[in-house]
Amino acid sequence: MCRLFALSSRDPVSPMRAIEALNVMKEGHDGSGVGLFLHDLGGPFAETKDAPILSGIFTEDGLKRLDAFMDERGFVTKATLVLDPRTKTPEGTPIRGVYMARAYEIPADLKAASKAERELTYMAIRVALRLTGEERDDIRVFSFWPDTIMVKEVGDPLTVAEYLGLDRPELFARRILAQGRQNTNYAINLYACHPFFLQGVCTMTNGENTAFIPIKEYLLSRGFAGYMGYQSDSEVFAHIMHFTLSRLGLGIEYYKHVITPLSDTEMEGHPDRALLGRIKQTCRKLIIDGPNCVIGCLPEGTMFMVQDRKKLRPGVVGGHDGIFAFSSEICGLDAAIPDRDPRADVQPMHLDTAIVRPECQEVTLCNQLQSLPRPH
Amino acid sequence: MQSTAVITPSTLSVVDLPWQVEWNKDTCTLCGRCTSVCPVSAIELGVFRKRSVEATIALQKKPTNSYSIYYGIRQRTDPAYRCIGCGMCNMVCPNNAIAPRLRPEATTLKFHNNRGGAARTRGGRRNDTGSLLDQIKFIRISMLTDPALDAGRHEFELRTLLGRVLPPEDGLAALADNAWVPAVREIYPLMIGSMSFGALSPNMWEGLVMGVSYLNEELGMPVRMCTGEGGCPPRLLRSRFLKYMVLQIASGYFGWDEIIKALPDMKEDPCAIEIKYGQGAKPGDGGLLMWYKVNKLIAAIRGVPQGVSLPSPPTHQTQYSIEESVAKMIQSMSMAWGFRVPVYPKISGTTTSTAVLNNLVRNPYAAGLAIDGEDGGTGAAYNVSMNHMGHPIATNLRDCYENLCIAGKQNEIPLIAGGGIGKNGNLAANAAALIMLGASAVQSGKYIMQAAAGCLGSEHDRCNVCNIGVCPKGITSQDPRLYRRLDPELVAERLVDVFLSFDTELRKIVAPLGRSTSLPVGMSDALGIGDYHAANRLKIKYVV
Ligand code: SF4
Ligand code: SF4
Repeated sequence: MCRLFALSSRDPVSPMRAIEALNVMKEGHDGSGVGLFLHDLGGPFAETKDAPILSGIFTEDGLKRLDAFMDERGFVTKATLVLDPRTKTPEGTPIRGVYMARAYEIPADLKAASKAERELTYMAIRVALRLTGEERDDIRVFSFWPDTIMVKEVGDPLTVAEYLGLDRPELFARRILAQGRQNTNYAINLYACHPFFLQGVCTMTNGENTAFIPIKEYLLSRGFAGYMGYQSDSEVFAHIMHFTLSRLGLGIEYYKHVITPLSDTEMEGHPDRALLGRIKQTCRKLIIDGPNCVIGCLPEGTMFMVQDRKKLRPGVVGGHDGIFAFSSEICGLDAAIPDRDPRADVQPMHLDTAIVRPECQEVTLCNQLQSLPRPH
Repeated sequence: MQSTAVITPSTLSVVDLPWQVEWNKDTCTLCGRCTSVCPVSAIELGVFRKRSVEATIALQKKPTNSYSIYYGIRQRTDPAYRCIGCGMCNMVCPNNAIAPRLRPEATTLKFHNNRGGAARTRGGRRNDTGSLLDQIKFIRISMLTDPALDAGRHEFELRTLLGRVLPPEDGLAALADNAWVPAVREIYPLMIGSMSFGALSPNMWEGLVMGVSYLNEELGMPVRMCTGEGGCPPRLLRSRFLKYMVLQIASGYFGWDEIIKALPDMKEDPCAIEIKYGQGAKPGDGGLLMWYKVNKLIAAIRGVPQGVSLPSPPTHQTQYSIEESVAKMIQSMSMAWGFRVPVYPKISGTTTSTAVLNNLVRNPYAAGLAIDGEDGGTGAAYNVSMNHMGHPIATNLRDCYENLCIAGKQNEIPLIAGGGIGKNGNLAANAAALIMLGASAVQSGKYIMQAAAGCLGSEHDRCNVCNIGVCPKGITSQDPRLYRRLDPELVAERLVDVFLSFDTELRKIVAPLGRSTSLPVGMSDALGIGDYHAANRLKIKYVV
C-alpha cells in the first residue's frame, strides 16, 4: 500500500516536510517511486502566478525539441528552475536527464482568449508534449499549469529528494501532495507515480480500483484529450474529479456521491434525493470499487480526503489554524505537525469527505447524508 | 406377430435409436404405469413367445419343444414413436425395472426423422454440450495486494438499469429544467427470458409469476420476467404484479388486442416492453406455436381460432424497413404508455446486430437491446434452425459493447444478453462472464424451466417434445391432464431457491474481484480463457 502525505498551509513550506513525513511511514512502502505536487508557490515563481509552468524531465535532445515546439507556438521562457542532481544517482533510479520547471510568457492571442480556452490550450500542449516524448523517450511532462510544479521519480522518496535537492526555496509551496509508492499491480512506470494531475485537479490514492477498466473505457470515450494515460488504476480518480467539476459543474461535496453513491435506503430520506438519484443513475459508470483512500487538491487550493464505500483504507487529517495535513498514517502527521492537538484529528469514515479550504482554518467534514449546496 | 418381418428402407431396429429402453423382466410387476405415462407411446405392452427344447438324458425319448408366452414391455422403433429418453417410465416404475439409456453412436434415426416429407420440428435446445462461456475464468483476484471483500458479510449492490440512461451532463440538465427523461428501472441483473403463455402451461406460468412476486415483495429482489409472444392473462394485466413483467410484442402480435384493451384498467405500468424481432434458437424462423397447444384458453388470449398452428412471421409484417421497424415501433409503444415505460427490441445474435444497435444509439426512446445467442430459446422450431442457425452470444455481445464504447454510450443503452447461460448448470458463472464482457443484464429461460419446474430436456436431445403439447412434466403442455402434474406453489418455491442461490454465487464471484458497489459491467480485465483465438477475439487474457 502506498503512503500518502499532503499539506495545506497558509505560508509556503518546504516540500521536505512532506517527504520526511513519508519517510516516517516508510515501513509501509517499498520506495518504488515518489511523486510530488506543489501548488501556490512561495519562491520566485510566486511573482508570475499566471504564467504556466512546465514540469518534467528532459534529455538533451528532448530539451531542443521542447524549445522548438514551444517557440513554434509563441511561448517565451520566463524563468527556469533546474533541479540538478547533487548526490550520486540512487540505486534503482535511472539517469534520465534534466529535471526542470520552466515558466512561460504566453503568446498575445492566448492572453486575449478566455480563461477556459487558455486552460484547454495548456492541457493540449502538455498532452502533445507527452505523446511526442513517448515516441523517442526524451520528454516527460507531468504538468503545464500556472503556479504548479510536479516532480516524479522512481526510487526511495527521501533518497530521491536529497538527490534532486528538493529543499530549495524555489519549491516552497502552500499546497503539497506527496506519495511514496508501493508498486503492486503494474510495472514500474514513471507516469504511474502518483499524484495525477489534470487542469488544476490533482489526486493521489493508496489502494486499488477494481472498476478501473470500465471507468477508463468510459472516460476515454468522452472525447476529451486530457483523459489519457491511465498507467495506474487510480489515475481515473483524478479524472473523475475533473469530470465532476468541469463537465458537471458540481463541487467537491458531490465527488463522493459520484464515486460511492448512497444506497437506495440511505437516499430515501435525503433532502436532495432527486438530484442524488439522478447522479447515481447517470454517473453509474464512474462508481469506484476496491479499497482506497483518495487525497486531492482542487484548482483553487481546496484539499480533501475521501474513503471508499467500506472504509477499508486508513487516512487521517489534522493540524491547527494555518497548517493542516492529510496523511495515510498518524505517525506521518505527528512528524509533520507535532504541535497540533491530536484529539482534534479527523479520520473520515465511509460517508465523509474531509475538506480543508485554502484559508487553512479548519477541517470540515461533509457527510453524504447531509443536504448539498446547490450545483452551480 | 408376423412370421417374416417386412424390411423397408426405414425399418429400424432398437439399436438404431439413440435412446434405448432397458427393461428387466425379473423385476417388472407388469403394473403398466410406464406405458401409460410415456408421452410418445414409445413403449407398449408386448407378448413374447418363448420356445424351449426339452431333451432327456441319453436320448431315451425324442426331444420335444414346449412353447410358453410371457408379457413384457416392447420398445417401438417407428421413428414417430421413438423413445425420447425422458425417463418418465423410470420415474413411475415401482421397481426401477425400466429405464432409457443413451447410445450416442446410434445415428440412423437422424435419417428417418422426416417421414411424410415433413422435416423434424422439436422444442427445447440446441443439443450441443459445448459452451464457450463455461471456459471463461475469472482471473483477477484481490488477495495479496489488497484485502478481498467478504461475500458473506459485506454489503453488495447487484442491481442493473433497464432503460435509456442519459449521459451525466444531459441527465443533470434535464433535472434542472424539469425536462422529460426516459424511464429507467433498477432491476436484478438476471431476468427470466421470454417464454410465452401459449408455450408454457398455465400452472407453469402461475408458478413463475408467484415466484417473481415473492422475490420482489418479500425478499426485495427486483426480479423481472419477460412474457414472450402471446399476450398475458387479462387478470395479471389488471393487477399490481404487472410491474414485474416485461410484455413482449412479437411479429404475430398475438395477444395484443387484450393488452391494448386492458390499458385503461392497468393499475401499474409494465416493467418494460420488449419488441421481438428474433429469438436465438430460431433466427429467421419466427415463433411456432403448433396446433396441439392452441386450446380454448390460449385461443382466447391470443385472439385466434382454436386448434390452428400459429407461426409468427420472421419479421414484423406491417413494417417494411429496419428504420421503420425499430424507430416507429419503439416510438408507438412508448407513446401507448405515455413515455413512462422503457421499450427495447430483442434480436437474435447475428452479424448485423451492431447495425441495429447503431440505429438505437441515435434513437432517444430506445431503452436497450436484448440479444439472444444461438443457445437461447425454448420454443418450437425446425430441427435445422435450432441446430444450425444463430450466432454465439459471447462475440456478438462483445462486438456490440465495443461499438457502444466507441460511441461513448456504454451502459447508456443497456445490453441484455441471453443464449446458453447455464446450459451446463453454471448459471452464475456464465452470467458473470457475460456481464464482464459488457452485458448490463442477462436473461435465461431454459435454466429456469430446468431448475424451477424439473424440465427433463438436456443437451443430448432428451425429451424436447415441448412443441407437441405432451410435455411429461406439464411445463409446456396445454392439456390439463398433463399440467395438473405441476404444482405452481412448488414452482414458485424452486424459482425463489434459484434466484437466492444465484445471488450468493454471483457475490462469490464478484467479491474476490473486489467489486461490490456496482455491477462489474465491462470489467473485461478480470476474464481469461485457455483458447488463444477466443481470447484475441473477445479481447480478454489468454491463460493456460
Ligand atoms: S424414457 Fe420416456 S419416452 Fe422413453 S419409454 Fe420411457 S417414458 Fe417413454
Ligand atoms: S420436460 Fe417438457 S419442457 Fe422439458 S424438454 Fe420435455 S417436453 Fe420440453
